[in-house]
Amino acid sequence: MSEMSKDKMDAYWSETQRLMFIIMALWVFFSFVVHMFALQLNNIVILGFPLGFYMAAQGSLIAFVVLCFWNASAQNKIDEKYGVAED
Amino acid sequence: MATKTEGSTFIDNLGKIYGYYTGGFLGFTILLAILEQLGVPNKVIGYAFVFLTIGVYALIGWLSRTAQLSEYYVAGRRVPAFYNGMATGADWMSAASFISMAGGLYLQGYDGLAYVLGWTGGYVLVASLFAPYLRKFGQFTVPDFLGVRYEGNLARVCGVIVLFSASFTYIVAQTFGIGIIASRFLGISFEIAVFVGLVGILVCSMLGGMRAVTWTQVAQYIILIIAYLTPIVWLSTKKYGIPIPELTYGQALQDIAALESKLGIVKGHVAAFADAKGQFSWDRFVNYFALILCLMVGTASLPHILMRYFTTPSVREARQSVGWSIFFIFLLYFTAPAYAAFAKLEVYSNVIGQPIAQLPAWVQNWSQVGGMLTINDANKDGILQLAELRIHQDIIVLSTPEIAGLPYVISGLVAAGGLAAALSTADGLLLAIANALSHDIYYKMIDRTASTTKRLVVARALLVIVAICGAAVASTRPSGIIQMVAWAFSLAAAGLFVPVVMGIWWKRTTTTAAIIGMMAGFVICLYYLIMTRYFPEAFEAMWGAKLWFGIQNISAAIFGLPVGFALTWILSYYTKAPSDEMQAFVDSIRRPKGAIAWTKAAEVHE
Repeated sequence: MSEMSKDKMDAYWSETQRLMFIIMALWVFFSFVVHMFALQLNNIVILGFPLGFYMAAQGSLIAFVVLCFWNASAQNKIDEKYGVAED
Repeated sequence: MATKTEGSTFIDNLGKIYGYYTGGFLGFTILLAILEQLGVPNKVIGYAFVFLTIGVYALIGWLSRTAQLSEYYVAGRRVPAFYNGMATGADWMSAASFISMAGGLYLQGYDGLAYVLGWTGGYVLVASLFAPYLRKFGQFTVPDFLGVRYEGNLARVCGVIVLFSASFTYIVAQTFGIGIIASRFLGISFEIAVFVGLVGILVCSMLGGMRAVTWTQVAQYIILIIAYLTPIVWLSTKKYGIPIPELTYGQALQDIAALESKLGIVKGHVAAFADAKGQFSWDRFVNYFALILCLMVGTASLPHILMRYFTTPSVREARQSVGWSIFFIFLLYFTAPAYAAFAKLEVYSNVIGQPIAQLPAWVQNWSQVGGMLTINDANKDGILQLAELRIHQDIIVLSTPEIAGLPYVISGLVAAGGLAAALSTADGLLLAIANALSHDIYYKMIDRTASTTKRLVVARALLVIVAICGAAVASTRPSGIIQMVAWAFSLAAAGLFVPVVMGIWWKRTTTTAAIIGMMAGFVICLYYLIMTRYFPEAFEAMWGAKLWFGIQNISAAIFGLPVGFALTWILSYYTKAPSDEMQAFVDSIRRPKGAIAWTKAAEVHE
């Protein structure tokens, strides 16, 4: 703890937590919420794919990949901002 | 190949080495294709694929042998994010993903997508909640973390119990899968094939531990993804002229819908949460989401996956590597529904309604393999009706090369891919179990003075013992691979998720609360699994229903998780807050920079 004041650590952690909650909210959306409307979304058809089916087969998966990479880069920025990134 | 022993040169040249390797494998496949045209029998081609690939894994395993602890347990923590992602992909995708998943989608349509979602979305939890913090913690195993955070061997032992139950259930399923593939393509009996597979598993992991498993898993990923994509890309090109099956199967879905109404099928392929009559069913709806949740949380709790993130050089790379992991997994998972759609279209348009004497060649071939495809002309009219055809879910991926009219060499390629998928997962699991026993139980609890040499001997001996036990159980043919795999996820989710996530994200979590919460969640999940699976009458007599809230037992963690969370949370308030020393430790794993503030009780020696 010596190299970092408590205030700074708290600020760093609350920003990290905020990012975590945003990621978790998007995760809940793409894992559960969007699929609860699969019946309604299936009425929309794009390139042959009913949208409800598409979201479960591809759409949410793409969102998960993007979320993981975005989480990594956003957290790196927070680390650098507070000077806690590894040397 | 002296580069292997001089680690840094090897790491610098990874791209080149695996580039040559991929080229070599493609060249080998083309060579076999030419030999096939020249009249070499199919059996020889099957043997060539199985033995050559296992030989390559064995070679990598031998070159990666090591006598250093950190190499054996965490591959020297030098695995770059990109390659760790590939290794995790192979570690993750088992015979169930490779062979059975597309078949499940074929049979269940939309409802089968719960597996596709559940087995990918968990990585968001790994990325955000776990991986960077466990990497910063920087020891060898998941029970290590529990032992330090919850001050003592009780938490460590509980962790090992959960890890062992989940991973052992999983490894039995994998060994079973390896036995099936080996017996089919080598033409030997299942019981012998299981032990041939065992040798295949051990040659990868025995000498080099995590280091060997890492570099074979990268090699196995390359083979399994080539094997999975080749037949379906070919089929897509043949049918629609575009080599991107993930795009073209939309057209196939439309064609299927048209055929469904023609054939009078009421439960459509894309219909969500529909029962057998095609009506919306609450039961399907609830079970769909329960399964997704359990598989996702289970993903984030399986020790053989979490321990892969101990191997990256830094916290930053650990985060990046979760992104690469899910990307490499995504490549296979978003293709699986295309397999299902193309197979269904083929069956509906060229098999159903045809005279049984004139069915396509692939149907005839598979109907001769016991139980995989059965035709029963119930009304004796010589025409095949939908209800007269039964297809086993494991043949969808395996039969696609024949549906597409591809040469046998592609079938051999698919077999090699399935074997790579099963071996790589079995190796990761085996290492997770053996490491927990040798490091957490033997070294941390029985003999703290053991020398490095002795620790490695014990680790290897346990590896062999666990592998033999797994193969012995698998050779008794316990029923239902998919079910066993899903059980493993529920057990891990109910037992490990709560203590790890709360240990990192809530400093107030106390030792007593965490241990009670963890074991309560785990025991409830185990109770539900065992009772509903093996003692359904006793369960019904006690609870007045076959299932709690109609939830299938593959989603058993849905009951364990809330109990675990609630108990840990409430009991933490009624027990003494963790010491300042412990709080400082938690702070230190939250920051990527700086040393870990070990508590005195932790007794960590690197």
